Amino acid sequence: MNGSRTLDVAHLPDIGFGDRSPLRWGMLAMIAIEGAGFALLAATYLYLRSRVPHWPPGVPPPSLLYGTLNLGMILLSAVPNEITKRASRRMDSAIAVSGLAICIVWALVLCAIRFLEFGALNVNYDTNAYGSIVWFLLGYHTTHLITDVADSMVLLWFALRGPLDGHRMVDITENAVYWYFVIAAWIPVYLLIYVAPRIV
Amino acid sequence: MSADPQPAQPTALDRERTELGATWAETPGWMGWLSAVDHKTIGRRFILTAIAFFALGGLLAVLMRLQLARPEQRLVDADLYNQLFTMHGSTMMFLFAVPVMEGLGIAMVPLMVGARAIAFPRLVAFGYWMFLFGGLFLWISFALNIGPDNGWFSYVPLAGPAYGAGKRADVWAQMITFTELSGLVVATSIIVTIFKYRAPGMSLDRMPIFAWSELVTAGMILIAMPAVMVASTALILDRLIATHFFNQAEGGDPLLWQHLFWFFGHPEVYIIFLPAQGMMSTLIQTFTGRPIYGYIALVLSLVSTGFIAFGLWVHHMFATGLPQVGESFFTAASMMIAIPSGLQIFCWIASIWRGRIQWKTPMLYALAYFFVFLVGGLTGVMLAAVSLDLQVHDTFFVVAHFHYVLIGGSIFPLFGALHYWFPKLTGRMLSERLGVIAFTLLFIGFNLTFFPMHQLGLLGMPRRVYTYPAGLGWEGLNLLATAGGALMALAVITYAINVVWALRRGTHAAANPWNAGTLEWATASPPPAYNFHPVLVVRGRDSVWTDPDPITVIGLSCARREVLITRVVDANLDHRFESPTPSIWPFITAIATSILFIGSIFTPWAVVWGSIPVAIGLIGWFWPGSKSAPQEPTGAVIRERLA
Amino acid sequence: MNMQSMLAPAGLQAAAIERLWWIFLIVTSLVFVAVIVALVAAIVRRNRDGGPSDRAAFRGVAAAVIATAVTLIGLITVDAFTARKLASLETDDRMVVNITGRQWWWDIEYQHPLPSMRVRTANELRLPVGRVVQINLQSADVIHSFWVPALHGKRDVIPGHANEIWLKADTPGRYRGQCAEFCGLQHAHMALTVIVEPQDKFAEWIAAQRQLGPSDASEQAARGRQIVERGPCSTCHTVRGTDAGGRVGPDLTHVSARQTIAAGTLPTSRENLRKWIDNPQHVKPGVRMPALGLSRDDIDAVVAYLGGTQ
Repeated sequence: MNGSRTLDVAHLPDIGFGDRSPLRWGMLAMIAIEGAGFALLAATYLYLRSRVPHWPPGVPPPSLLYGTLNLGMILLSAVPNEITKRASRRMDSAIAVSGLAICIVWALVLCAIRFLEFGALNVNYDTNAYGSIVWFLLGYHTTHLITDVADSMVLLWFALRGPLDGHRMVDITENAVYWYFVIAAWIPVYLLIYVAPRIV
Repeated sequence: MSADPQPAQPTALDRERTELGATWAETPGWMGWLSAVDHKTIGRRFILTAIAFFALGGLLAVLMRLQLARPEQRLVDADLYNQLFTMHGSTMMFLFAVPVMEGLGIAMVPLMVGARAIAFPRLVAFGYWMFLFGGLFLWISFALNIGPDNGWFSYVPLAGPAYGAGKRADVWAQMITFTELSGLVVATSIIVTIFKYRAPGMSLDRMPIFAWSELVTAGMILIAMPAVMVASTALILDRLIATHFFNQAEGGDPLLWQHLFWFFGHPEVYIIFLPAQGMMSTLIQTFTGRPIYGYIALVLSLVSTGFIAFGLWVHHMFATGLPQVGESFFTAASMMIAIPSGLQIFCWIASIWRGRIQWKTPMLYALAYFFVFLVGGLTGVMLAAVSLDLQVHDTFFVVAHFHYVLIGGSIFPLFGALHYWFPKLTGRMLSERLGVIAFTLLFIGFNLTFFPMHQLGLLGMPRRVYTYPAGLGWEGLNLLATAGGALMALAVITYAINVVWALRRGTHAAANPWNAGTLEWATASPPPAYNFHPVLVVRGRDSVWTDPDPITVIGLSCARREVLITRVVDANLDHRFESPTPSIWPFITAIATSILFIGSIFTPWAVVWGSIPVAIGLIGWFWPGSKSAPQEPTGAVIRERLA
Repeated sequence: MNMQSMLAPAGLQAAAIERLWWIFLIVTSLVFVAVIVALVAAIVRRNRDGGPSDRAAFRGVAAAVIATAVTLIGLITVDAFTARKLASLETDDRMVVNITGRQWWWDIEYQHPLPSMRVRTANELRLPVGRVVQINLQSADVIHSFWVPALHGKRDVIPGHANEIWLKADTPGRYRGQCAEFCGLQHAHMALTVIVEPQDKFAEWIAAQRQLGPSDASEQAARGRQIVERGPCSTCHTVRGTDAGGRVGPDLTHVSARQTIAAGTLPTSRENLRKWIDNPQHVKPGVRMPALGLSRDDIDAVVAYLGGTQ
């Protein structure tokens, strides 16, 4: 098979950021999957709501403090997240790594607040279907929170251990993209759990 | 493109191929067997394992047919029969149909888009192990008499905590988690392979239709499978920790289960159907010797079917008493989806009209589709009408319908496609004679088994009954169906004999024994581990036919597992990427995940403790430097270590 | 032979659906033939002359798609008309029956404004010819589906949902229905007998049902009654006019007047009643009625009592 013409690719770089990276597309697929999961849980919440005259049935709505605190903190976390993402995009190791560390600490604080949030829901998962879906929704988001913290910590460890090359930088960028999804997913979940029961 | 290369500089290319062979080789020994990441290896494993489950599921069907051959028989008691139809449906749907379609995708898509590897090969390996372990979990439970017995759809409250004693329903629900996770990770890899790994110049509108069908299917999987995972998780929660999702006494609703399940369940059958449509286009193109008529229409049909499929699910619930207005929407949607399917059929007929038929076994299967699937599609139109559905829903009429569409629409093309791609994947040709015999037995046996079931439904025989009384006119038809079942079993056995014989004694296959036009036929049968050397540049559709002297790629390393990453729409060059090497960690992670899944049907704490081994597995998996030791610095190494 | 066939309708709705069936069958059969003819033509005439040109092929495919769409719209319309017909029965002048689906039998209660005039029976539904009947469906446990093909399509019986089905039987006769949603171990043996009779015969029947229970005139029957009242039977069963008032199982007041027992599993006869009481698990494994451990004589007495009315 000797083509008379050839295409030389030796000059091509061996990493690509953003949508040039296969990892970005894998991340988008995962966001589609998890997004579908959230959407279905939201639909379940609304379906159960349509089956009863009063909502929440038999219990007061969740208290607003920790959930709203979480909302504020998670929205603010976009700042260190974006800084980290941009730093890794331009291969600035010092800022990328310290940014990642700050994001991890921030996320751990969010986990602590989330723990308190569960206690302030004013309903248990086995009280009624309303309690079950609220806990499932909150638990689903919490799972994302915890797994993101865990994989960020592992990523930080790998980055510190070295080599801190282009591949690692792509990883840090995509990790930040995933965190954006975790932030974005919280908004409708917050609205459903905390706001919807109050506006009837 | 000639079958064998005639290089002008044989020595250089051959040296490169030898080096590539060593670079891309799997590790030897049983460790190597567990660490495999070659997509052709994993694809073959998926297909073989899926076919093994198909045979097991078929055996169950034979038992069911024996029990139903005569009225009020006591061959199989009620409890066992309920397990049989549950295991039959669950095995066929979750352990055979979807995995085999994915397996063919894993094996063939990288080849037909001209890539050296699949995206995320370790993820695909992990997906295989999860599939295997999930299937073993289900079947071992069945053997231990804790297998599920509430149907493949596991309706509540029957499967709920109040009426579903023991762990049977939990086994079913967790098997779902195994298989859906497997499906999701494989779908992700297929999407990324299709988007980023295509050969330079293979813009999306030059991509083979089978790849399109796998792309649409993978997209559907991403949205549909979370639905059943949410449902099965909610079921386990209701059963294990007393949540009330489906408990009407505390605000839950049994119908919620049906909505969640069928929101997955309807797209699921299209997930099984669409790759087979891609196979049909492939087979008809090759065996008429001309590019398929209506490429754009066929692609649009696949895409639109993929979308519309999500709008049909309520047609499984027409008898539940939902408001009539809502049901009318689903009637209209369920009928309208026949239009893209019909469009494909018309394009294929046009293709046949314009080409010269090669009368080979794969083409026979493709032609049989028209007879079999069409019947099923038309009974589907009947079922879409609410009034009619109210009579035939949950009767053997529906059993006839879905076997006609699934077997006619998916299994016949699949058997044809397996026959067609067998030489590429194994390097041997299957026997034509045995192929024709198996086909004939299957065609006759299938119709004999399932056509009488239409009549049984009209005469009032419901589904999922372990026996029936005499005197209602059902006896003769049931006996006929059982006889047909025996012929189907013979057909499958014949096919299996063909495979075994071919692997030992079959003619060695050339690179392109069918004189087909797509890229997988531009390399040896079976392909070397690195698929292509050189990688080819694509300048049109069916480039094996249209571009006999293609531009070739130079500059990819032979010492590392380099793949070429291109851009999503037009496949322009982007960068070089190093494909991950074999690793035992996907296997270990799969073991750890299985322990977590199985443990969590006994105690919720398993999720917490079980996640530790999973985390360890993942860390090993992603441990940096586990790619091939870099000969040259990779990327821009910033520094070796911080501080 | 055709007691459970939807092709032998005995009521308004089943008749409408049967007509719809024939329309669909004819249309879809024509479509099938048309496509197969096109396929065979394509195979036989392939590439004699290169086949149809791009333009001709496009026109052919487009025409086929349009024909498909038009046919489907036609079928949707016909279905919509039938659906209207099916829903057209609702009226104030109707008989109301409450049916509760239970694993694995049908708990039937004819309604009446006066509670004492209500009639509770099991597994056998008698209907007057030409009268509109509203059947309220409830489940006591899992999902079942009420289905009498001779009269109408099916309606699911779902816990937590108040479903109803409206029927009108037009032809006297005996028909069979069956639970049509998998409901557990003995789903296959949850049948329903439907007897449609002229209005006057129905009135006679329901009056007889309102009579108090079986006769305990003979000594054996009296002993049987004692066993029913004081033994395990009364825990689950009611016999009106006695102390037996259990509501878990079918009302046995007029059990011998029904055509089958165990929801269609056995024809009613003294011998079958004996067989059933002696070991229900042998007849219908998994049924909720346990083997009671009654002696042969006791069973004979109970059968003599319950088998009294005919």
